[in-house]
Amino acid sequence: MDFAALTSLVIFLPLLGALALLALPSAESIKWTALGTTVLTFVASIGLFMGYDPSVSTADMPQMAHVVGGWFPEGVDVKYFVGIDGLNILLVLLTTLLGPIVVLSSWYYIEHSHKGYYALLLLLQTGVTGVFMAFDLVLFYVFFELTLIPMYFIIGIWGGEDRIYAAIKFVLYTLVGSLLMLAGVLFLGYAAGSAQGIGFTTDWYNLIDYTIPLGTQTWLFFVFALAFAIKVPLFPLHTWLPDAHVQAPTGGSVILAGVLLKMGTYGLLRFCLPFFPNAAQSAAVLIAVLAVIGIIYGALLARVQPDAKKLVAYSSVSHLGFVVLGIFAFTTEAMQGAVIQMINHGISTGALFLLVGMLYERRHTRLMEDYGGLASSVPVLTTFMILSVLASAGLPGLNGFVGEFMILLGSFKSTVLDSPMLIALATSGVILAAVYLLHMVYNTFFGELTHTENAEMTDMTMREFVLMAPLAILMLVMGFYPQPFLNQTQPTTDFLLETIEAKHIAAIEAEQEATASATHSPAGHVEDVESAPAPLFESMPTALRTAAPSSPASSSPTR
Amino acid sequence: MDLSGAFTAMWADLPAIFSMLIVGAAGLVVILMEAFQNRDPRIPWLTAGAFGLAMGWEAFQLGTAPDTAFFEQLRTGGYAAYINLLILGAGLFTTLVSPPYLRRLNRNFGEVYALLLFATVGMIMLGTSNTLISVFVGLETMSVCLYIMAGLLREDEGGIESGFKYFVLGAFSTGFLLYGIALMYGTTGTMHLPEMAGAFPDGVPLLFWAGVGLVIVGFGFKVSAAPFHMWTPDVYQGAPTTLTGYMSTASKASAFAALILILFFALPSAQASLVLAVLALITMAVGNVMALRQANVKRMLAYSSIAHAGYMFVALASGTTAGYSGALFYLLVYTVMNLGAFGVLALLEWDGMAGRKQTLSSLAGMGLERPVLGASMAVFMFSLIGFPPFGGFIGKYYIFAPAVSAGLTWLVIIGLLFSAMSGYYYLRVIYVLYMQTAADVAEADRAPEGGFAQPAWLSTAAVALCAVLLLVLGVAFSGVVDVTEMLFIQADAMAQTP
Repeated sequence: MDFAALTSLVIFLPLLGALALLALPSAESIKWTALGTTVLTFVASIGLFMGYDPSVSTADMPQMAHVVGGWFPEGVDVKYFVGIDGLNILLVLLTTLLGPIVVLSSWYYIEHSHKGYYALLLLLQTGVTGVFMAFDLVLFYVFFELTLIPMYFIIGIWGGEDRIYAAIKFVLYTLVGSLLMLAGVLFLGYAAGSAQGIGFTTDWYNLIDYTIPLGTQTWLFFVFALAFAIKVPLFPLHTWLPDAHVQAPTGGSVILAGVLLKMGTYGLLRFCLPFFPNAAQSAAVLIAVLAVIGIIYGALLARVQPDAKKLVAYSSVSHLGFVVLGIFAFTTEAMQGAVIQMINHGISTGALFLLVGMLYERRHTRLMEDYGGLASSVPVLTTFMILSVLASAGLPGLNGFVGEFMILLGSFKSTVLDSPMLIALATSGVILAAVYLLHMVYNTFFGELTHTENAEMTDMTMREFVLMAPLAILMLVMGFYPQPFLNQTQPTTDFLLETIEAKHIAAIEAEQEATASATHSPAGHVEDVESAPAPLFESMPTALRTAAPSSPASSSPTR
Repeated sequence: MDLSGAFTAMWADLPAIFSMLIVGAAGLVVILMEAFQNRDPRIPWLTAGAFGLAMGWEAFQLGTAPDTAFFEQLRTGGYAAYINLLILGAGLFTTLVSPPYLRRLNRNFGEVYALLLFATVGMIMLGTSNTLISVFVGLETMSVCLYIMAGLLREDEGGIESGFKYFVLGAFSTGFLLYGIALMYGTTGTMHLPEMAGAFPDGVPLLFWAGVGLVIVGFGFKVSAAPFHMWTPDVYQGAPTTLTGYMSTASKASAFAALILILFFALPSAQASLVLAVLALITMAVGNVMALRQANVKRMLAYSSIAHAGYMFVALASGTTAGYSGALFYLLVYTVMNLGAFGVLALLEWDGMAGRKQTLSSLAGMGLERPVLGASMAVFMFSLIGFPPFGGFIGKYYIFAPAVSAGLTWLVIIGLLFSAMSGYYYLRVIYVLYMQTAADVAEADRAPEGGFAQPAWLSTAAVALCAVLLLVLGVAFSGVVDVTEMLFIQADAMAQTP
């Protein structure tokens, strides 16, 4: 069976569905087509999951790789290159699983312009799966930016009252980061390409083979990390997130929290760490401190929100702080924990946004003071809410616990961070999470039923039950028996850590050699110095510069 | 000089200027037709036909080897065909969207089309010139036609301002250009661009660089690079919108093409790089910062076109063949984006003053009311920001990648930050189109009842075609890039085998 095409199928099936939607007349047919497409994509991604074999090494090639050249002209090694490894398999599955759930959750929530909404939703899914599966930096960038366009429209057209402010803020924040990253991509592509004699390359495997000099690493790491930190979002770059979340329609919030934010943490793991190991380790403490500030600050802000949706939004800031902390601990446990926590957060926060959205659909308010005592009128919804809240707060036996525990354990052992105090502070975030989440549950579902209109609130419908059930099951399964999921990711995280370690040493050795040769015999090693990519602001020799404008001058025939 | 074979040689060279002949002849016929019947409805069709015929001819020349014609006055072959296709395509598009728009303004004169055709002849000459003489003749032919087109609305104060300002400043800039040409000729003793670079075996005199500087200033006016951009917003605002679109694309394309030819062939070294980098920096800054606060769409697009000239100067500053061919590719993408954007504005015009008073808010809700025009406009705006998968992204790649490889990473970072800034004003257009309705905007900004004309299907199709083309250029562009690179590769090969 040709698995290669399956990866591309999972990416582009939603796009085909989106194009098909444009030709459909009625809202009903549009909804069903969107649902059918996303379900079909999910089934196809199950095929990816079955086909992925963690015991097969992905050190030279991702599994089920699909490579198509000829996109850029010859001499530029930029290609369509997608595949699966331990880092992205679960994220792809999460994305395709959330697809039908989001379509179902929007069934009645979206009241106008169905065609545009569902087409954009499907386009967004293509972008996100593409981001996770791309093994070429330029291709990654294309998908990364492609996700902005549909999200801009989804927030801006179907969002709440301040939707335009939120939509523009969302796009501009991301755009500043990603365009700076583009400068880094171009520089890195030339540096690696000229070092390997192929002009320009953005193939992930070529790039991790290339050891970047220490001075260059610092600024490259900075521009890449900035782009991803905005997306995560890391404190203090998080201010776009509450606006975007609160204004977005439920479906948009679920995608945003569930998978879009993961593009940032995934980018850190996939690109920042293995490309710039030295700079990443030097910056680890700084970023870990920002992550811990994010954990606590996000939690404290969540505690004081009167708006349930805003509360969940701030809880994302807090939870993703854990993921970033785990990424920059540079230990196996913490990194695996970070990967698992990305999935967990997608499931539990996605569920919370769905449930808050259901309440909003019934009462058209998100303020907690307008609720209270709902447990008696909507017992099923309450049960799901409590389950999701406990999973999000990290109760042992549910999924949230596994990830957070591994991250904290790994961070304590981390020699790079080497700061038990910091991790102890981070641990307080777990307690704070219980405080603000239980506070929300108490105010909304328990206590006295103060508003009479809440008494007749309808409980979950069949549609809502169907869309919540898979998430609830996953919370339990991943909480009780996380081993199968960890097995999927372990080989790749091990490979990444080995690469990081090896490149870390190689870069330091290269630096020492350069200084040693510079002091001892400057004449003998001139070639070495020249073949290394020049630092920023200086002219860089490349293969593409063969035909400088001076050449016609020197050789043109004189008449 | 032996002139006995001159006539036969020129006769044999005639196919090389087939486009100029066809387009020029069509211009003369249009004037005759207008003399016999005022506003002859066949004139736009004839014009479009001439453009289409010339484009068909040029399309077949794309693969041919570079050569020169008319005693090395003009360049021919693949490169020339590429530039000519670009210019002719802009002319064809303008002809397709103009008639309904000009009819509404009561300006659908045959002379407009004649001017369009004559301007195109000048542009083709400028963009394919191989000597400074043909640069000057082409530039002036183009400019004189454009001055008249800018002032077409002669009863409207904005139209008068537009025409007058363009004429005075344009004439002034021509002086700079001419002086620069004189200095370059004076120091090298030749008008032929490829011979200039080899004219100084022992050191380049300062006077030559002074000449190059003046030529760059002269072209700076024409392509509206800051600080020579002052005329741009007023002229673009006052001129009829479809013709603004033509001015901002075709004339820029041919001027940039000529500048690239001068930089590539005539300069002995890449020493102009720093000057061009500074010019790029100032132009990007002025264009993007000023565009932020414009309430009038045409003015916003005018400043945006300044900003895009800045991006193209980044590629020129890299001083490599990759940079020059990147700029040529960007010219194509830029032409498609801007023509489309101005085309949409022209089709939605309602104030009877060429959209001079039309604010951004007047487009509120248009995205859903006119789905094809709205979606096309959204594509143009996203592409102007540089979003994939549209041509704008690939264009930016080919602009900035050569600059990085030439060591101008600092300039690229600044350029990309300005692109992020441009996101603000382009996204504003999209949000007005899709996220507002006429009810959200002030009374003065609302179109009168039935104010928006139902656009002609042919004009709408032309705009939609631009949007589709941008998508194609964003995905399947490698053939086009090959064409833009061919000029320089083959030029090198020719130089090496004399």
